[in-house]
Amino acid sequence: MAERIKHTRREFIRIFSVGGSGLILASYVPLRGFIQKKGDTPKVFAPNVFIRIESSGLVTVIVPRSELGQGVFTSLTMLVAEELEVDWEKIKVENAFSDKRFGDQNTGGSTSIRRSWEPLRVVGATAKTMLITAAAARWKITPSDCSAEMGVVVNKISGTKLPYGELVEDASKLPVPTSVKLKDPKDYKIIGKKIHRLDTPGKLYGEALFGIDHTLPGMRFATISHIPTFGGGIKSFDATRTKALNGVLDATAISTGVAVIAESTWLAFMGKGLLSVNWEPGPNANVSSESIRNSMSAKLREPGEMLTRIGTSAMPQKNETVIEAVYETPFLAHAAMEPMNCLAHFKDGKVELWAPTQNPQAAQTAVARALRLKEEDVTVYVTFSGGGFGRRGDVDYAVEAAELSKHAGKPIKLTWTREEDTRHDFYRPPSIHQLKGTLNEHGKPASLRHHVITPSIEEFKSQTKLDPAHYDFKGGAIEREYQIPFMELTGSIVTTPVPLGYWRSVYRSQNPFALESFVDEMALAARKDAFEFRRDMLPEKSRLLNVLTIAAQKSDWYAALSKGHGRGIACASAYDSYCAFVAEITLDRKDNLKVDRYVCAIDCGLVVNPDTVEAQMQSCIAFALSAALKQRITVRNGGVSEGNFDSYPILTYEEMPKVEVHIVQNTLPVGGIGELGIGVTAPALCNAIYSATGKRVRTLPVDLTQVN
Amino acid sequence: MARYAIEVNGTQRTVEVDGDTPLLWVLRDTLGLTGTKFGCGEGLCGACTVHIDRKAEKSCSVPIEKAAGKSITTIEGLAANKNNPIFKIWIEREVSQCGYCQPGQIMTLAAMLNQNAKPSPQQIAETMNGVLCRCGTYQRIREAIETIVREG
Repeated sequence: MAERIKHTRREFIRIFSVGGSGLILASYVPLRGFIQKKGDTPKVFAPNVFIRIESSGLVTVIVPRSELGQGVFTSLTMLVAEELEVDWEKIKVENAFSDKRFGDQNTGGSTSIRRSWEPLRVVGATAKTMLITAAAARWKITPSDCSAEMGVVVNKISGTKLPYGELVEDASKLPVPTSVKLKDPKDYKIIGKKIHRLDTPGKLYGEALFGIDHTLPGMRFATISHIPTFGGGIKSFDATRTKALNGVLDATAISTGVAVIAESTWLAFMGKGLLSVNWEPGPNANVSSESIRNSMSAKLREPGEMLTRIGTSAMPQKNETVIEAVYETPFLAHAAMEPMNCLAHFKDGKVELWAPTQNPQAAQTAVARALRLKEEDVTVYVTFSGGGFGRRGDVDYAVEAAELSKHAGKPIKLTWTREEDTRHDFYRPPSIHQLKGTLNEHGKPASLRHHVITPSIEEFKSQTKLDPAHYDFKGGAIEREYQIPFMELTGSIVTTPVPLGYWRSVYRSQNPFALESFVDEMALAARKDAFEFRRDMLPEKSRLLNVLTIAAQKSDWYAALSKGHGRGIACASAYDSYCAFVAEITLDRKDNLKVDRYVCAIDCGLVVNPDTVEAQMQSCIAFALSAALKQRITVRNGGVSEGNFDSYPILTYEEMPKVEVHIVQNTLPVGGIGELGIGVTAPALCNAIYSATGKRVRTLPVDLTQVN
Repeated sequence: MARYAIEVNGTQRTVEVDGDTPLLWVLRDTLGLTGTKFGCGEGLCGACTVHIDRKAEKSCSVPIEKAAGKSITTIEGLAANKNNPIFKIWIEREVSQCGYCQPGQIMTLAAMLNQNAKPSPQQIAETMNGVLCRCGTYQRIREAIETIVREG
């Protein structure tokens, strides 16, 4: 197993962060890159933690970010393989483990490709350079007289070839170069191509292991009945009936609830149902969605903190038109298909964990802290995840599994029920948006003010009051590309005891809904077409204008709509990418809503895998439509009401609209694509509903019975 | 606890569990066949779909005592034939994202096609609505099914 040899490796990579925005693999300490597995064969060339080349010629790439469905298992490997010049069909890929030598492993913020773009190509080019140098030395020619292709170094003078496998020992003795030349994008053979996902076949055949599928000899199964109220506790519990169940081994209180350990997951679930727990309700037992909403609404009467101001505020003009509206969004859960789970093995003061996590280093730190261990005594092996969407960036399940394994003295596989997963999430915060826009006497936008009222995720995580300079909910609240003479963003934080977390696109899931719906309201007041109103606010060379125009053209924006049909547009820029969506909907006489089609235009700079970009657009739409049409987390008596998919539904096969994706081709810096489409899905939908019905939806999820 | 005999992927197996243990957990925890996934435990998501006597069933909602004596096929059994057109088209069309629901999608589709090689779009929708996908692979599932139905 690859991970077993990591502590014997002598190579070291120094990675540092540049401007907080990217990781550059700057230099290699020139140690020898040679390692040997136990048993001395095969010999392995491993110039860094990301690559191993065996004497058999087998090339293994270790991907530093978590595969959640977004395709990094394949796309990050493409970056390495492109520069390494290997046979794509023969490459082997492994998930990483918690180790700072991989750099920041947190898979979030649409950063995987952006932050790996440079370092992983350097990783590939470095290994290739060393293999070429080794071959050149063997041939007694200069490296410039060699080239590499398909896992082979070619002597350009004689035409002789040496496979990488035959060079591993020589290459391992070479110093690791400190700078390498990267390929010109025009020479790319892998990047930019539709490459089949490497993780797919094993997942389809039921062979690939997600976190929930991992096992260890002697493993026991556990589940948890979590403390039902936020900030509550356990007064006492009686597990007599639980323990009377044949196959239940133990019931124990841990930091987050009462756990049952049994001989199967089912027995643990059954045992959980038989627990009798006297819960301590704690200080928040009266908190409800309504009480939180009331405290948010109260902030509507306050100015809020000044967060962003663009342009200069003019005095109110004569004949100006003022438009005002208030928008609202609810708490949301992540509802990944694979419920929270983790396999932990505590032994001799060390813990190994197999975790479907987006942040193995955070899990390592949290487990070490909880069990009072040194970080190096905690190893987190990243498994495939059945969806993440931000939920798996929090690592509570890993701490629980580690606590339980230590308690039981055995490997423990912890699996939550679906209901626990829904009720013990870190929730997408609700929000209220107060918008005010003005048009001048010619109907041109003169000002736009956006006041966002929401609980702060960062304030929840840090449990300290945030300075307005660090308010974390600004993303997507103002579109800087819009050339409006005056734009202003203000913000108010509402404190709640509800656990908050990063939900795919974070505040860019709520803010663009309010902003892009309101832009349509301004267009209406200006008696302008919604596309043209946006177009006229964007500079001529703007990439946002380009995607907006493509979306309008490809959707046949001006085509006549029959009764009951509607079309809506929205656009956004973030994550170094730009997108515009057009939604088309149908409403029957009873106001039954059908989402027919989305036309998407996306500019994410240089495209690594176009097929993944298309898939991520479809995925963003499905994910955001679930929220816009169906989902709401309700807080009642200090806990969450919804449980399974009947009360917290997700989009079905039949409800999925047809999605058409148009990708802009260019070689600009790579942008993120996993989240940008989330924010524009709901406003495009609601703008389409307005076009069909004249009903303006300002509250999510959509409920047309509540709209006049 | 009692002993139950089931045929899984063509092999006779005997398991000793409580009669109300869902087939899902017998497959996963007792027999180590983890290709069948747990998603909801209430028959709401379809991730756990297997074939019982060739019919698609949500294994989280079938107690072992009801499955006893029957012939069960899991995704591992279906994948014994990797030339099954569903697998080939699923790979070709790059349907899967996180992949967690895909065994359930594929088992549900395979059972439908066994009974009716030319289902109508309505029949397809009614059947496939029973399997949830959080990543939103539905469009590619739809395109893949249309290809299979069209090309037979």
